[in-house]
Amino acid sequence: MTTTATFARNQWYVAAYSREVGRELLGRTILGEPIVFYRTESGAAVALADRCVHRRYPLSESRLDGDTIVCGYHGFTYDRSGSCVFVPGQSRVPRTARVPSYPVVEQDSFVWVWIGDRDEADPALIPRAPWLADPAYTTVSGMEPLAARYSLLVDNLMDLSHETYLHGGYIGTPEVANTPITTEVDEENEVIYVSRHMADAECPSFYARSTGIEGRITRWQDIEYHPPCLYLLHSRIAPVGVLPNDDGTDPDAFHVEVVYAITPETEHSTHDFWAVARDFALDDEEVSAFLAESNRTVVLQDVTALNILERVIEGERDGYQELSINIDTGGLAARRFLKRMIERGERGAAARPVAVRS
Amino acid sequence: MTDRVPMLRGDSVYRIHWVLGTDRLLGVCHCGAEHESDDPVELWDWLLAHPERHPAGA
Repeated sequence: MTTTATFARNQWYVAAYSREVGRELLGRTILGEPIVFYRTESGAAVALADRCVHRRYPLSESRLDGDTIVCGYHGFTYDRSGSCVFVPGQSRVPRTARVPSYPVVEQDSFVWVWIGDRDEADPALIPRAPWLADPAYTTVSGMEPLAARYSLLVDNLMDLSHETYLHGGYIGTPEVANTPITTEVDEENEVIYVSRHMADAECPSFYARSTGIEGRITRWQDIEYHPPCLYLLHSRIAPVGVLPNDDGTDPDAFHVEVVYAITPETEHSTHDFWAVARDFALDDEEVSAFLAESNRTVVLQDVTALNILERVIEGERDGYQELSINIDTGGLAARRFLKRMIERGERGAAARPVAVRS
Repeated sequence: MTDRVPMLRGDSVYRIHWVLGTDRLLGVCHCGAEHESDDPVELWDWLLAHPERHPAGA
């Protein structure tokens, strides 16, 4: 862990769930930038800098008038592009009276916002989590505020062996920490994949109660991290010995797609978005309630631990030593990609990374 | 077990396998060169040194 207190700009980040953005103004800080979100009367999501140009009053504490925001302090009024269209007491609107607007894309139940140079915001770069908006899945989701730097959450999620110790009784069983992993790192596309396939494992309550499986299971955990923001955990649960068919179909297994969006709020706080999508018991509200409560409990266990860790790290001198072992192979790759993305963002480079192949 | 089944495709994928029943890691460069280590930091350093410092026939 380095103490780098900065973020990767020129990237897409999840700012909110689509359901959070409506006709009420939503203020949220992303990468240290205060932003106000709302939805126009025609339904388009809008993101503007959350500070009036006049005296810096938060626009999120103001009100909507049609598709414009009227500042709650002196009435400066902004349209959806951030241009000021009215100032009080005079007819001339100063030429510089505008607030920055941010590119937004709604996809897979999320509102993504581009933090960086507008000209480089390419929606095609946004990684996908299609299950969250797929009728073949039922999804529960939430967001917890984390009083810790985002990199601690990345470390946490890239090494699931901590489940055995921090989340015992929920999702952790002895096999998680004891099963070897394979780590794959795609340098060109900047994707990290960490597979842990447990052939014969205890079934944690999270899956026993939701799937109804009794006895031991084949449990696959496949992490797919698209830094900086989107983390996918493809979880496959089946009775011991039940494997996918040769053609790739897998009708006898239960599939849970656990999605995290890791969005820095400030240098020392993070928006911890989480979602759990399943392809079974689709209409069973009891299963939904159980998975929502269980996953939130697990997330809060992480939040508690990482908040402690943040306080410890803030009190340390720079240059302290860490020790990495086998379980950290994927996490080390994530740190390297994040460092590279931070440096690229600082350079303002437009180009995608060049593959390391000569 | 299903270890060593590639999930990511592409021309620039590094793979590191935790060797079953041991504490050792086997790194595989996208050029096919392999290196074993019990330290992920050292193993990453080796892999990322590609192609300049891969020992011949590693």
